[in-house]
Amino acid sequence: MSRDQIIFVAFLFVFAVINIYLFGSDSLSADWAGFGTFLAAGITLSLYSFLYKDNPLFKFAENLYVGVAAAYTLTQVWYTVLFPDVVEPLSGLDSQSMSNLWLIVPTLLGLFMLTQLSSATFSWLSRIAFAFVVGLGAGLSIPRTIAANLLAQLEPTMQPITPTWEGLNLLIILVGVVTVLVYFFYSVEHTGPVGVASKIGIWFLMISFGASFGYTIMARLSLLIGRVGFLLEDWLVLELPLF
Amino acid sequence: MLFLRRSLPLIIAFAVGMIGILVYYIPHSGAQALEQELTTWYRIVAAFALLLGIYSLMRLHWNRVQRQQSGWGYSFLVFVGFVLMSIFATYNDGQGPLNPQVIDSGPFVWMFKYVQVPADATMFSILAFFIASAAYRTFRARTPEAAILLVSAIIVMIGRVPIGEAIYHALPEIAQWMMDVPNLAAKRGILLGVSLGAVATALRIIFGIERSYLGGGE
Repeated sequence: MSRDQIIFVAFLFVFAVINIYLFGSDSLSADWAGFGTFLAAGITLSLYSFLYKDNPLFKFAENLYVGVAAAYTLTQVWYTVLFPDVVEPLSGLDSQSMSNLWLIVPTLLGLFMLTQLSSATFSWLSRIAFAFVVGLGAGLSIPRTIAANLLAQLEPTMQPITPTWEGLNLLIILVGVVTVLVYFFYSVEHTGPVGVASKIGIWFLMISFGASFGYTIMARLSLLIGRVGFLLEDWLVLELPLF
Repeated sequence: MLFLRRSLPLIIAFAVGMIGILVYYIPHSGAQALEQELTTWYRIVAAFALLLGIYSLMRLHWNRVQRQQSGWGYSFLVFVGFVLMSIFATYNDGQGPLNPQVIDSGPFVWMFKYVQVPADATMFSILAFFIASAAYRTFRARTPEAAILLVSAIIVMIGRVPIGEAIYHALPEIAQWMMDVPNLAAKRGILLGVSLGAVATALRIIFGIERSYLGGGE
């Protein structure tokens, strides 16, 4: 047996022994909740085993997860869109709700999209559906982007600057926004005053990237703490003051 | 036929795109109702696009299983997870698929709670290790810009945990200030640039200049 195979078998053995003890000592209840905790612990440890190297346990958990997540997405499509917005309104049509008949149009367009899977004779129909989604998405996004991302961001940037700490912060934000925009303005050569502004823009970007990086690490560590807390408290049922 | 295959999609994209813009600026209940209806239509067609994506994923794994390529057993596991979850979703805790989803009990919720949520959280938490190793390589302060990035990241990380306050009492406030002022300024600059680009791209789509979404061929 290779070293990896020995580690693999030893891991499974230790995991089995721990669970036999946990179920035997009633730390894990012999019901669906207890079995769920056992399964969740197995999946968690299998996925963490990737930190050693790619291995069958990781691939097992990863592929199971992909299948479950795909079915979950499909389920959400059905229960949050197709069922309430298509099936329910169209199946209960009466004289009061004849306006719902219009829903046949997007349903047809959706079915057109699925012709992408068929032969070339029909697959061109999917272009109509794609044109609808892309065109409408573009149209709806323009006024919203202008209102929410452009105007709503410009307004707080251009406030009166007063000789207070708040005013100083507003000045720093104004300088930051302008210099960052100068950095991304490639139509002018970045030399002289434009070069200086561009350099300051890079510093602001570096501060932002560093802050975002630190923030992301903290968010991921919070998840890690959550998973370790689950393994120690929910699975191994250890009374720790930390979690 | 060329009209149907090439021109009709461009006309549709132009028409619905213009309607999408105009209904936002018309302060009339009819326009608002049309906007709501179009949003519903958009959601329905986009849902079918998602079905297409799931089909592509499952076909990829099905081909692997069918051809018995290396690791085909793992692709089979994708089907196990998919079929099990789909059966539970259809069962809907005894209510069936033609009733609103039961979200507080049943085997579907059990699978979600004990398989999907732990796997999701673990996958994302694994990134903490990879980010840490990437940080080791990236954060070597070889240039002034890299030094700024390093100092900024360290202040934000240390400032957000209790030990930060123990080291220097104002560290949490400095970290918050960095998030609220210089970070906000750079983010706002990026957002303004991205938004202008997004509006320009959307206009190119509506006016048929950008037509890559139609794919190749006639």
